[in-house]
Amino acid sequence: MSGTGDTGRGGARPALEVRDLTVQVATEAGAKTVLDGLSFDLSPGETLALAGESGSGKSMTALAIMGLLPKPMARIANGSIRLGGTELSGLGERGYRGIRSARIAMIFQEPMTSLNPLMTVERQLCEVLLEHGACRRAEAPGRALRLLRDVRLTEPERRLKQYPHELSGGMRQRVMIAIALACEPEILIADEPTTALDVTVQAEILDLIRALQRDHGTAVLMITHDMGVVAEMADRVIVLRAGRQEEAAPVETLFAAPRTEYARSLLDAVPRLGTAPPRPTTPDAPDAPDARNVVEVEDLSVRFDIAGGLLNRTVARVHAVEGVSFHIRAGETLALVGESGCGKSTIGKALLGLVPWQGSIRIDGVETQGRSRAAMRPVLRDVQMVFQDPGASLDSRMTVGEQVAEPMKVHGIARGAELTDRCEWLFRRVGLSPDMLSRYPHEFSGGQRQRVCIARALGLSPKVIVADESVSALDVSVQARVLDLLAELQEQDGLSYLFISHDMAVIEQVADRVTVMRLGQVMEEGPRDAVLRDPRHPYTKRLLAAVPVPDPTLRRGPMPDTAGIEEASPIFPVGRAPERVTLHDLARGHRVARQAATAP
Amino acid sequence: MTGYLVRRLLESALILLGITFVTFVLLYMVPADPARQIAGRSATAATVANIRDQLGLNDPLLVQYGRYLAGLLQGDMGRSYLQRAEVSTLIAARLPASLMLMVTAIVTELVIGLTIGVVAALRRNRAADHSLMIFSFVAISAPQFVIGILLLYVFAVQLGWFPIGGYGTPAHFVLPSITLGLLGAGWYSRMMRSSMIEVLGQDLVRTARAKGLSRLRIVTRHVMPNAILPIIAMIGIDIGLFMSGIVVVESVFGWPGIGQLAWQAIQRVDIPVIMGVTMVSATAIVLGNLLADLVAPLIDPRIKTK
Repeated sequence: MSGTGDTGRGGARPALEVRDLTVQVATEAGAKTVLDGLSFDLSPGETLALAGESGSGKSMTALAIMGLLPKPMARIANGSIRLGGTELSGLGERGYRGIRSARIAMIFQEPMTSLNPLMTVERQLCEVLLEHGACRRAEAPGRALRLLRDVRLTEPERRLKQYPHELSGGMRQRVMIAIALACEPEILIADEPTTALDVTVQAEILDLIRALQRDHGTAVLMITHDMGVVAEMADRVIVLRAGRQEEAAPVETLFAAPRTEYARSLLDAVPRLGTAPPRPTTPDAPDAPDARNVVEVEDLSVRFDIAGGLLNRTVARVHAVEGVSFHIRAGETLALVGESGCGKSTIGKALLGLVPWQGSIRIDGVETQGRSRAAMRPVLRDVQMVFQDPGASLDSRMTVGEQVAEPMKVHGIARGAELTDRCEWLFRRVGLSPDMLSRYPHEFSGGQRQRVCIARALGLSPKVIVADESVSALDVSVQARVLDLLAELQEQDGLSYLFISHDMAVIEQVADRVTVMRLGQVMEEGPRDAVLRDPRHPYTKRLLAAVPVPDPTLRRGPMPDTAGIEEASPIFPVGRAPERVTLHDLARGHRVARQAATAP
Repeated sequence: MTGYLVRRLLESALILLGITFVTFVLLYMVPADPARQIAGRSATAATVANIRDQLGLNDPLLVQYGRYLAGLLQGDMGRSYLQRAEVSTLIAARLPASLMLMVTAIVTELVIGLTIGVVAALRRNRAADHSLMIFSFVAISAPQFVIGILLLYVFAVQLGWFPIGGYGTPAHFVLPSITLGLLGAGWYSRMMRSSMIEVLGQDLVRTARAKGLSRLRIVTRHVMPNAILPIIAMIGIDIGLFMSGIVVVESVFGWPGIGQLAWQAIQRVDIPVIMGVTMVSATAIVLGNLLADLVAPLIDPRIKTK
């Protein structure tokens, strides 16, 4: 036990003692150990972070403590979990009922799917209160209301009567927290509680967890892959790797001087805002007249109709993208950043003609407005897309070789031996071995699959690649290598990227210019350093302020309350359009929306 | 909501109009001659021609269809060629028996099917699951007339628990309802099983377990309501299946419903009666679907009727 056994605070008796915990999963090849001899203590009021990449066993630890390991595949093979005086390992389903929620509560990654869609918020809250006898039936609605106030939900009376689908992701996670804290548990396990949320919402939820912990003295076990969240929240950290403890240390010590090689590489791979090197290799000079525009978008609007009424007429429209203009020069990376629903992915789809749009899009000088499907085909050779989830964007029943070859066959670029040669060459370029071509997607890791997707996109020698959250689903170390690959390809081929992401730190690494979007419109745009280091629009400032800093010595104060802003919607009745913002020039291509129309 | 209902009823009327046309054309093309059926074997060609003329069977297709439709819109479904009675009277006399049999059969198939589905899902891959799935496989594959005759032989003839046939007391309903409902029970048990298994793997069940709820409460309050959603739409479609089953079952059990009426009419090319029965069952299917669509938003708040 490398220094984790010492109690965290004030010498109090640990709330939870985990000793030598070993979890095995049954596979076709026999039992596989996914968690190997993990030991730690968790003291009241303390936050312990379990950090690690996918497959490190961090979620298995949480499920083992909650008695929620997927049966019968996974089981605790060895070790003990003691909660106060109670031994939890081997406790049956019946025995666990008095533990879950009453003494240990848990919140999960996906607030979208973790609540029951058929029950109102009130019923889901009252249910847990009544099940554990926390209050009498008549008092339950009152208690539920107070819980919603505690988690700082706006309009709590109305929220009680609503169903989960009527709430935003952040609001649902607040409801989850209210449910978790309903019976005042000693321990809260938070399994990637903010991974699925926008960065400003993440900051608010982390604030909330901290405040509630302070008020109630709850011990928090924080499970996360995000070193920024670790730095922000944890008192102590355990770094896990492939089911084993790699390093355990107080958070300041770990970030200042990691002892193990792995912890150091993990910390090094984390993109940090404000540390990216300058990008001199690209035509960064904003007014360079010689640089050719590969993509020119003018006054692009994408609207989706919502039908209803007696004759199923259009009653409202989602103004997903509203009057957006931008250009991308050859060899340049333009980053589109914004929170979910801001229209950034829709722009990427419009470029490929995947959604109906209005305005003008010129690819390499060719206007694509009004082109038929067939006439679009040669244009599409120049624009290729790499999506977020490489597992879902590859066909699981085709070999990766066939999938890389397919676009080249469709466009008649190569056939026969030449096609094979080209596939092998593409595989080598993206850092994969050509003899992997005959394998199926499930035989690859997430990072390798994304390389396959990049190879597939490169096959047509495109001029622009639309990278829609292409590295968001990858572990940080893998993410760093895929970003390196993208940069290398850009340098060699003069590729342009439209890089769509919600992650400010990643954007800082790759972008030449940045466009910040909100509710379908551009709030601020300009050279990377101007937008990220000298943001002028309040929305850009808020986005940047919300990014967790991977440095425990630089913790932020609480975020300003933004409850009102969350409500804004891009849906308008027919005949009404959102007010268009106008951009005005600051300097050197740095443009910002006039704030009168949008300032909160 | 009223707007939605009006729109759906208008749509339903259009669908029914389409069905009248298709059925009418199909019956027009049938090679058998209704006039010869009416006239009998010994009739002369002149008599047959005379009857054809009386019934208007020599008119062009569209004229005949227009005449039928005009009558239908005034509530006149025509006269049976053979029974010397209004089609509407014939149907009205037999419809209640069929509708009641349908209701009891739907209840039977839902109770048996959903129960089996829930139990099998909760006992997944164990002996109970395997035997229940074999049962449902048999229920789906066995022809209804075989099941009906088998049930009749065992429970009516041998054991004497239920009447052999006919209509009247609650005891009369048992065997026909089971015969008619067993096929659906087989389908529903399989659908409910896979739907339950899917929901059991969802995050919301993990949340419910993390809340410390009892297993019974998790299954009845969280899993079952979510699992039944995709099945509701199926029940509406199912009424169509019933209409074909009812012809067989009513024949086996001597049930005085429209299934028997249809069977007799088809054998003797009694076109007005076939048209009438077709219209009644088409209306039942259309209304069943409408009903399922109206019930769904009551259970699932995410569905909005606009």
